[in-house]
Amino acid sequence: MRLRGKLQRLTVVPDFSQDYFALFGLRRAYRIDAAQLDQAYHAMQGRVHPDRHAHLPETERRLSMQWATQVNEAYRTLKKPLLRAHYLLRLAGTDTEHESNTAMPPEFLMEQMEWREAVAEARAAGDHHELEKLMQRLEKTADGLLGEIERDIDAKKDYAAAADAVRRLMFIEKLEHEIEDALEALEN
Amino acid sequence: MALLQISEPGMSAAPHQHRLAVGIDLGTTNSLVATVRNGIAVVLNDENGRSLLPSIVRYKADGGVDVGYAAQGTQASDPRNTIVSAKRFMGRGLKDVSHIESMPYDFLDAEGMVRLRTVAGVKSPVEVSAEILKSLRIRAEASLGGELVGAVITVPAYFDDAQRQATKDAAKLAGLNVLRLLNEPTAAAIAYGLDNASEGVYAVFDLGGGTFDISILKLSRGVFEVLATNGDAALGGDDFDQRVYCWILDDAKIRFPSIEDTRSLLLKAREAKEMLTGHDVAPIHAELSTGEKVDLTLNIDTFADITKTLISKTLGPTRKALRDAGLTVDDVKGVVMVGGATRMPQVQRAVAEYFRQEPLTNLDPEKVVALGAAMQANVLAGNRAGADDWLLLDVIPLSLGLETMGGLTEKVIPRNSTIPIAKAQEFTTFKDGQTAMSFHVVQGERELVSDCRSLAKFELRGIPPMVAGAARIRVTFQVDADGLLSVSAREMTSGVEASITVKPSYGLTDDEIAGMLKESIDHVGDDVQARNLREQQVEAERLIEAVEAALAADGRLLRAGERADIDEEIASLKKRIAGTDHRAIKAGIDSLNAATQDFAARRMDQGIKRALTGQKIVEFKL
Repeated sequence: MRLRGKLQRLTVVPDFSQDYFALFGLRRAYRIDAAQLDQAYHAMQGRVHPDRHAHLPETERRLSMQWATQVNEAYRTLKKPLLRAHYLLRLAGTDTEHESNTAMPPEFLMEQMEWREAVAEARAAGDHHELEKLMQRLEKTADGLLGEIERDIDAKKDYAAAADAVRRLMFIEKLEHEIEDALEALEN
Repeated sequence: MALLQISEPGMSAAPHQHRLAVGIDLGTTNSLVATVRNGIAVVLNDENGRSLLPSIVRYKADGGVDVGYAAQGTQASDPRNTIVSAKRFMGRGLKDVSHIESMPYDFLDAEGMVRLRTVAGVKSPVEVSAEILKSLRIRAEASLGGELVGAVITVPAYFDDAQRQATKDAAKLAGLNVLRLLNEPTAAAIAYGLDNASEGVYAVFDLGGGTFDISILKLSRGVFEVLATNGDAALGGDDFDQRVYCWILDDAKIRFPSIEDTRSLLLKAREAKEMLTGHDVAPIHAELSTGEKVDLTLNIDTFADITKTLISKTLGPTRKALRDAGLTVDDVKGVVMVGGATRMPQVQRAVAEYFRQEPLTNLDPEKVVALGAAMQANVLAGNRAGADDWLLLDVIPLSLGLETMGGLTEKVIPRNSTIPIAKAQEFTTFKDGQTAMSFHVVQGERELVSDCRSLAKFELRGIPPMVAGAARIRVTFQVDADGLLSVSAREMTSGVEASITVKPSYGLTDDEIAGMLKESIDHVGDDVQARNLREQQVEAERLIEAVEAALAADGRLLRAGERADIDEEIASLKKRIAGTDHRAIKAGIDSLNAATQDFAARRMDQGIKRALTGQKIVEFKL
């Protein structure tokens, strides 16, 4: 067996050196004003984007690309609720341990298995309608968890509880992706 | 920063110094060049007042080159040396090119990109495209009366890294300073959006001569934000010609036409297609070199019927783009039509039906891309005026990743990520004392590396020998504003570094490229199956290797019976790895794990004891 070139994934390494909330002039909280974020993002890119520096020397262009890259990453992190929650917990010093900590309560795992079976059955039966119904139910569950995360982080400052909800939400998101894949497969 | 600089970034401090810049739409069938003159974008015509330059290059025996209309007349008489639709070969290997059987060229399957043998020598598609770009540069310089500061060259949004790189190379070869590679639908959106002061979500449906793009954009207060893009880099007007050509052969019962006859019938097919845009029937008359006569009439219903599947090939990507944008057709405020092929009535009908609204055709679909590119070139060159305060936020069309164990793709940057973007991911060594690691960079949506486009391979050498898993190798992907990728790898504990700008290595077939996304969805079932098997095989191999190493080091911790049990489990697992049942392998892994539990616990105990007494042992040895 050829061993060189075989990669083993270790971890995703995001750059947490900068407080993204401060970057966009936002209060550090789960609940954010999406319109304000969009506006700040556009204003920021309007300053740093490579298109604004294309006629300038190499050094400026390189700096501009680095900045625009950073601003895009910051925006993406704050825009997506799950990433935003992860990020806040990281800032608060609570690791969600999503790579290693998969210990979940048995009833949650049981529920997950039931969901997964339901998706597999609907997929095998080619039941478009059922898949969409499952998706709606999942979205409702996800909304509930996001509400929990918001209360845990912003009001209670209970980061351990928020980390737990984040882990559950990751399971839900994975299921949602599976349903999306199944829906696309049915369309073709 | 200079204290006296009072202008905004990107705004010219000295407005009188207008810098000459152009936008070039390098099309499969036709190319154009445009510029901004007195604040208005205009297409630059040739000396005969024609705006389009047919994307045709003829190589002559005396070494001369004809481009455009001059080359158009010799397509049928000198097909081997008259290159049309070279864009289809950009960044492509021989296997990637469709309809190769009806192409009159003398192909050479060179490493990386296909080559064409002509009377003037072997030419790469990059060189052919460079001739077209050079011709447009000369036209622009003559028309504008000076040397160009730079150009924005448009590419299909769905072009992968190899095709983009090839386009940039062609521009350089043509003596152009590339200010930016700009996605065609985005260029069209600029021209359309600025012209109409549009706000809201728009879809740009761009069916050109050889490529199809669909982009979903959000326009708000001067920001053009691409939410998602999709397409087919090998679908366009040429394919409609091809269908008509096949219909002619079929109806006129022609078998094995010569390359000259093929070329002339393809031209007749195109004429008929174009005629059916304004008429219900199109006559097709031709006399072949064999004396055979073609005397047919193609009516609009037959034409729609034989091209039905091509139309449906545009709707799949359209659905996916909307889904990726998280939107439905109800969210789309307008659909902008781009590309000559959108003139076909059946295309307009299908788009109107799908989006439940009449598409927008108030800007010339053949010029809108060049006009938008010119506007962008003008601001990139530093001629930004107060009114030009817009911003483009574009995305990459296809996911970028690395090959990982078992030939699987590890996505590093997902499709539809806003550029510029950088992502780092850490990997570790697989074997004790491993000092080198090779990386295989791929692009596409499929799970298996063999189903994605291979972009580049490179090696990181000089990793200090460590136990397996101790090295920390950080691989960074950076995609710039042109959508071009560079990759670097760095061993974090020692600082050893290697980096490359991705230069294509290729290795995919046509269908795999054109329909990478589609296949990814069609074969999700197969992928999951194959992925499961490979994952389990890799897992099993790793486990066996670890257990064998442990046995070699601490086998004495086991009683004879225990050792025999473990050996038996290893042998059994090795047999299962050779099979195709991932569940059986998984069961074998679980079983070997169970059999080695006590052994592992004893080794751990021993390790802890050694750690506590480590000092003493060293002293004894000394």
